Amino acid sequence: MIRVHSYESMGTFDGPGLRLVVFLQGCNFRCLYCANPDTIAVGEGIATEPEEIVRMALSQKAFFGKKGGITFSGGEPTLQAKMLIPIFRKLKEEGIHTCLDSNGSLWNEDVEELFGLTDLVLLDVKQFNAVRHRALTGHSNEQTLRTASWLENQGKPFWLRYVLVTGYSDFEEDIISLGETLGSYRMIQRVEILPYHTLGVHKYEAMKQKYLLQEVKENTPEQIEHAADLFKRYFPTVYVN
Amino acid sequence: MRFLIDNQPLTNNIMELIKLFKGGAWSEEINVKDFVSNNITPYDGDASFLQGPTERTMEVWNICLNAIEEERANNGLRSLDNKTISTITSHKAGYINKESELIVGLQTDELLKRAIKPFGGINVVARACHENGIEVDENVKDIFTHYRKTHNDGVFDVYTDEIRSFRSLGFLTGLPDNYARGRVIGDYRRLALYGINRLIQAKQEDLHNLTGPMTEQRIRLREEVAEQIKALKDMKVMGEYYGLDLSRPAHSAQEAVQWVYMAYLAAVKEQDGAAMSLGNVSSFLDIYLEYELSKGIIDESFAQELIDQFVIKLRMVRHLRMQSYNDIFAGDPTWVTEAIGGQFNDGRHKVTKTSFRFLQTLYNLGASPEPNMTVLWSPALPEGFKTFCAKVSIDTSSIQYENDDLMRSVRHSDDYGIACCVSFQDIGRQIQFFGARANLAKALLLAINGGRCENTGTQMVKGIPVLTGDTLDYHEVMANYKVVLREIARVYNDAMNIIHYMHDKYYYEKAQMALIDTNPRINLAYGAAGLSIAADSLSAIKFAKVTAHRNDIGLTTSFDIDGEFPCYGNDDDRVDELAVGLTHLFSEELSKLPIYKNARPTLSILTITSNVMYGSKTGATPDGRLKGVPFAPGANPMHGRDSKGAIASLTSVAKISYEDAQDGVSNTFSIVPKSLGVTEEDRVDNLVGMMDGYFSKGAHHLNVNVLNREMLEDAMEHPENYPQLTIRVSGYAVHFVSLSREHQLEVISRSFHNKM
Repeated sequence: MIRVHSYESMGTFDGPGLRLVVFLQGCNFRCLYCANPDTIAVGEGIATEPEEIVRMALSQKAFFGKKGGITFSGGEPTLQAKMLIPIFRKLKEEGIHTCLDSNGSLWNEDVEELFGLTDLVLLDVKQFNAVRHRALTGHSNEQTLRTASWLENQGKPFWLRYVLVTGYSDFEEDIISLGETLGSYRMIQRVEILPYHTLGVHKYEAMKQKYLLQEVKENTPEQIEHAADLFKRYFPTVYVN
Repeated sequence: MRFLIDNQPLTNNIMELIKLFKGGAWSEEINVKDFVSNNITPYDGDASFLQGPTERTMEVWNICLNAIEEERANNGLRSLDNKTISTITSHKAGYINKESELIVGLQTDELLKRAIKPFGGINVVARACHENGIEVDENVKDIFTHYRKTHNDGVFDVYTDEIRSFRSLGFLTGLPDNYARGRVIGDYRRLALYGINRLIQAKQEDLHNLTGPMTEQRIRLREEVAEQIKALKDMKVMGEYYGLDLSRPAHSAQEAVQWVYMAYLAAVKEQDGAAMSLGNVSSFLDIYLEYELSKGIIDESFAQELIDQFVIKLRMVRHLRMQSYNDIFAGDPTWVTEAIGGQFNDGRHKVTKTSFRFLQTLYNLGASPEPNMTVLWSPALPEGFKTFCAKVSIDTSSIQYENDDLMRSVRHSDDYGIACCVSFQDIGRQIQFFGARANLAKALLLAINGGRCENTGTQMVKGIPVLTGDTLDYHEVMANYKVVLREIARVYNDAMNIIHYMHDKYYYEKAQMALIDTNPRINLAYGAAGLSIAADSLSAIKFAKVTAHRNDIGLTTSFDIDGEFPCYGNDDDRVDELAVGLTHLFSEELSKLPIYKNARPTLSILTITSNVMYGSKTGATPDGRLKGVPFAPGANPMHGRDSKGAIASLTSVAKISYEDAQDGVSNTFSIVPKSLGVTEEDRVDNLVGMMDGYFSKGAHHLNVNVLNREMLEDAMEHPENYPQLTIRVSGYAVHFVSLSREHQLEVISRSFHNKM
């Protein structure tokens, strides 16, 4: 059984075209800005038969067109890599394009196989600076960067997603370092800057948890533009999502 | 300045037209479909050829905008002629600004002046006048009270007690018994292609051939054709008021547009049917425009100007309504529905440059609910057109879409228009009897309350076992529901037969019928409301534990639901199949019953805006909906229950079989622009992909709104800033600011698909 948090059948923000986005339950990161804190706890969510997810994808296949497909997001979907492998195989058989939206921090045989089966990886790099990454997520970014390198070496196309949080991930020197290291990767088809938003704050209230970034404001258009310009120095295709 | 007189006349008579255009069956018989098929120039390109409005157009349009503002400021009525009984020839010529009008003709002698049409019902007209602070002329009242009977009087003379009871308690609602039925679409193209004389000749031949034995049916048909011939003669007189010789075919592109409009104008002067659709005139007119463009007689700017000015006229059509009518059809709609695009059965598409030009009016003149632009969609249409449609939808929210592949395969004709909101009509060969709708959710409560009305306790259906257990049992409820649906179908059928008999007798659509084949095929368009409420209620009873709370006389007042149940709108077959099955069941029951004039029964899942009124008449339902709460419109899932996002919701609706609901399955889709995609190009692509997907799954209809909730909220507070803000509501479009506050709130509360 797969632990599913929820679905967005008209996903237009998580991969190319129209996509069925399956938000999986459970995450190993504790990002301060997390907009979906209700997806973090492992073992919660709705236990779902793998066949049900495949059925939904097939049912909605007509909407996917040439570009769209299915995206597994979360939570951190690779936490359930073993269960996802047969689903990805089936989806591949059915000609459905797959995306995996992952923080890239987990690595084992199953995860490796899952990445191998994925058509397009959406790799969330939260911060390039190791210290600030840990401050932001509670975890190291070493494996994430190794995963990026693995994808590059395997010739697996991926998008780099970067959440821009004022005072946490908008340091010029960090973005420059990231660009200098990853800018040469030919498999990065697109960089997506995801401006920080507070749309998930009400969930913390509902869950009776404290939201730690109360004082952080949403990015100004100038800040977003500045970050985009920095990325554009190193990457040919940069979108603000 | 180019006027008709500067142009080379296309031809002087039909014989010469045959030389100019490719001949065929149309030259021997009245057959516009054949003319279009032989002469159309399908267009595969993009929108880059389109032109903006001319100064002349804007001069006319600005006068209209001022008049519309005056109308809005005066509670929706600018002026009213309370004396003249409106007929094809009742009012002399009226103009907006004669020098700048390329296309002329108004319903009365003044812009936005409404006329009285008492043949439908003098009491209706008297009340509508009174509600607007004017009394209907005493003489008119006297004539229609003492000397001339009306449709409304005829119906109520004959209605049974049973029908009255089902009607007044809200099981059958919105019946066209106190307003004109509409929905008949004349083939307005015929006037341009053939001229009045030829059309009269054809009708005279038909009349000649309608010989005995003189059964009641045959006598009636002979009388109808005789009436049609009179209407054609009246149209000629109406043309003369404007200096137009309608006796002959149109001789130029400008005349073709003008002639088509004159034919339509005759219809809206004579009738005030709920929906007065236009048909599918755009690609017909394109043939004339294309000819003159190819000969260098006109340029693109003039071609657009003709269409802009035609559309201005269509936007100025008005009917006099009473308040109770506005409760079911909010926002003063006229349903001047124009079907655009689609394909021929031989595989060619019917998209022409004039398909684009019609949509372009939404930029040149701004967004508008009328004419009700309906794109006949197929994934096979040219990309340039699909992309333009999506862009116009995103920018104006003024287009609805219907599945051309589906309708052609089930209904066979490839020359059809859309009657009212969503209903197929084979143009010139078929008509429709409008039937409003039955309330499926309220019917379900009969099944739970032993056949008694949940509000009044009135015994509506006999022989329904009273449920005794606290917990509702799915099989028991379903068995009762089947009996209830059969009984409702029976009473509904009785009401329809009476209504259409009387409408034919007292308010026959002679102008429109004059432009339709003698003895056309007829559909009786039944309807159903509350599908999603009924389906979710059955789902709750089946999958959760539902306990009914009853008052001291045993009627349900509320329901407790224990446990989870799947809701319609989430691509979950467990409940979607209940909705599919219910539609099928009701359709089957209706199809067993005999219909006046041997019409064929069809069914729509459509509410227009009456979902608010239906909800107000319906008690609490087992899905957890409280008493009085509005239903979802049409075949939409109930607001807020489609938790998996828009595509899952669309996928559920696509499961309702068009075979079971051939009058249409209406779905209204609202989304905020950002949810459609990151870039403008993404949004257009995604919307095109969404419609390709939806229709390739066999869905029938989709209204597309691309709007911000904040904008609607602001428009409620500051209507003066949003005179043209248009939204699509279950099969038609309205100016948002002309809706009542209750309807505005209902629109806002609907599922806006904006999840991040």
